[in-house]
Amino acid sequence: MSTTNPQSDAPTDATSRPVDRARARRRSKQRRRVANVAGLMASLVLTGSLYSVFAPAQAAEDTTSESAAEAAGRELYERSCITCHGENLEGEPNRGPSLIGVGEASVYFQVHTGRMPLVRQEAQAPDKPAVFSDAEIEQLMAYVQANGGGPELPPGGNLRDGDLAEGGELFRLNCASCHNFVGEGGALSSGKYAPSLKDATDLEIYTAMLTGPENMPVFGDNQLTPEEKRSIINYVQTVKFQADPGGAGIGRIGPVGEGLVIWVVGIGALMFGIFWMGSKA
Amino acid sequence: MAATATTPGAPTSRLGKAATEFDDRMIVAGPVRRTLNKVFPDHWSFLLGEIALYCFIILLLSGTYLTFFFDASMVEVEYQGEYDPLRGTQMSAAYASALDLSFDVRGGLFMRQMHHWAALLFVAAIVVHLLRIFFTGAFRRPRESNWLIGVVMLVLSLLMGVTGYTLPDDLLSGTGLRIISAILLSIPVIGTWAHFAVFNGDFVGTEIIGRFYIAHVLIFPAILLALIAVHLLILVKQKHTQFPGPGRTEHNVVGNRLFPTFAGKATGLLLVVFGVCAALAGLVQINPVWLWGPYNPAQVSAASQPDWYIMFLDGSTRIFPAWDINLPGDYTIPALFWPTVVVAGLMFTVLAVYPMIERKLTGDTASHHLLQRPRDVPVRTSLGVMALTFYVWLLLAGGNDVIADKFNISLNAMTWVGRIGVIILPPIAYVLTYRICLGLQQHDREVLEHGIETGVIRRLPHGEFIEVHQPLGPVDEHGHGQLAYGGAPVPKRMNQVGGARRAIRGFFSPIEQPSAVELEQLGEGRGLAAGEASRELTSSGRPSDGGRPSDGGRPQDARD
Repeated sequence: MSTTNPQSDAPTDATSRPVDRARARRRSKQRRRVANVAGLMASLVLTGSLYSVFAPAQAAEDTTSESAAEAAGRELYERSCITCHGENLEGEPNRGPSLIGVGEASVYFQVHTGRMPLVRQEAQAPDKPAVFSDAEIEQLMAYVQANGGGPELPPGGNLRDGDLAEGGELFRLNCASCHNFVGEGGALSSGKYAPSLKDATDLEIYTAMLTGPENMPVFGDNQLTPEEKRSIINYVQTVKFQADPGGAGIGRIGPVGEGLVIWVVGIGALMFGIFWMGSKA
Repeated sequence: MAATATTPGAPTSRLGKAATEFDDRMIVAGPVRRTLNKVFPDHWSFLLGEIALYCFIILLLSGTYLTFFFDASMVEVEYQGEYDPLRGTQMSAAYASALDLSFDVRGGLFMRQMHHWAALLFVAAIVVHLLRIFFTGAFRRPRESNWLIGVVMLVLSLLMGVTGYTLPDDLLSGTGLRIISAILLSIPVIGTWAHFAVFNGDFVGTEIIGRFYIAHVLIFPAILLALIAVHLLILVKQKHTQFPGPGRTEHNVVGNRLFPTFAGKATGLLLVVFGVCAALAGLVQINPVWLWGPYNPAQVSAASQPDWYIMFLDGSTRIFPAWDINLPGDYTIPALFWPTVVVAGLMFTVLAVYPMIERKLTGDTASHHLLQRPRDVPVRTSLGVMALTFYVWLLLAGGNDVIADKFNISLNAMTWVGRIGVIILPPIAYVLTYRICLGLQQHDREVLEHGIETGVIRRLPHGEFIEVHQPLGPVDEHGHGQLAYGGAPVPKRMNQVGGARRAIRGFFSPIEQPSAVELEQLGEGRGLAAGEASRELTSSGRPSDGGRPSDGGRPQDARD
């Protein structure tokens, strides 16, 4: 930013004495220098502020000062995520997708369910015990959110305060085709699958709908409003913890389990019975 | 009255007199006596058909209870019952009444579950019964007609199952109904008309539940009941088959009289079947329709399957390639047509006409009342196992997404395993079964020729070890048995042979006293028998090595 004015010695001053003339020349040169610097600074500030007005997201990246949480998040990122998601969250071909714009909701879901960090590349990341603590997840969320933004966590409050019956209807309409009637999960193509919702927490279900992890479509707030999302969560969690009035639930997967039971238990017990009867003459 | 009282042998008790009065008018004593004295052969496998019969009785009773509360209507209602997660949802009256049956009617859920479990058991028992008939050759002349009736009853029970599965109008059964509709539509030429005839319009219409209801509670059960009666009457008329054995010929029946032995056993089995169904109904949840939700054509769930007896058709559909045949003039034969209509049609046709096929192939047109052991008819047994492999493979393919999900296998891999397996496994099953049958036959002949392996090893003076065989009967000068194979099980173990000894009643099979040679061996082991060569070989025989005191006085000379 050092400025030198190439026209600094231009004869613009009208003083007769050479000393005065020289002094005046020096003074005017300084004045010109100051003016030039000021003008340049003004235009830079103007450009910068205009730029920040028209491209607010990018402006955030220009800020060199990051919060402590973001710095800690960057630290974690550089240790555990950088191999697949790249130096600047831009992703690596055939390894991991870009994280720019995925938002803290996605980080929360992937890291909180233990899906990330990935153990190995396979059809789909399985859920496992979380590697990072809640505090570390917060830091990672802050870092990713600071670098590209994206869907944020819901503002809090009870995530189950939606309408139960409406939630069921929405679940069957939007979720059951992969996750089964009551969230038992199901197979997708080529080794991919829709996981069981047995261990899913409210916030995990919410962030999954918001960000569409793995093969799941994104259910943004335009597709399912936050109220509808809370209804779905209410339904999933209510039905999950509801007792089976008919006895053992046998996986709640319907006829496959029932067929197994009737052949193994039903026919098995009766075979035992008729062997026994046959031996009694 | 004085006249009857003086007749020789006339009843003197009040009950006896009443019975005589009744018989004077109805003349039933003769037939009743004949019926009660009817002899039924005794074998555990003859009870399989009875299980199906008792399941049918349970189905009639529990089904009647369900009809009191079920409303077979597709009128749209808003649910306001006990089940909270569906309250306020729009649904058909049929589904609402199924929910009420489950939550509001006393004993309704138990009855629903018992009905469903009994239905699964009914078809399973029919299939096992059919396998018994097939593998023992019980379908041969003169019983081809009863075989045919049995196959028709199997198909009817599948139709009963399909219509009953549809009635609650939940999301699972509605998905099944959609597939039924698609199968009907896939039939070339008549498809559309057939669909309109069944549904009275496009899918889903407003009539189908009512129509399936009448089919399920009246038409199919009535036909089934009539066929069961014919099936049993033919059985009584033609007499039951029996396995070959001592005293059993083509012209007699060895067994127990209907009354009291057979009747007692049958009642016992009825109660056992009832108990198993009731236990399942009370302990294991089946078809929780409240979890499935009301049917809505826009919705579908992962792992939507039919009940197990239709799952083979789901499986064939899942693994069949998507080969639509497009004909000129906008005509299409959808791929669905082949794995459903054609596969099922062929399977049941071959099943129905198998007695005729076998008669043609073997030229055996004689009447048979004695059953065959599966090993003695290797071609039929192998064909049966081949068909069974094909069927079971399709059945498993019907649940391939659940298997893929639970065992972390790729669904695509499951599909290809299904496709390849359904082609190569049945022939492999044929060959393996054939070899096993021949091996078993050979072993039977070996036992008849040389006797039973006793497990007693003898060392001959020149050092050769031989196993002592116990001949089953008289032997010729070479020590070979002279018994012919009579189609009956040949004893294979020593304790099966002691026909002359007293049998102790065991839980499943008689426990017999050990045979002479075993007792002798046991005695030798304790050092009671004389002779150095027969001494126990597992220890030195010294008391310090666990030898017995009785050995102590004998010389411990160089044995090893």
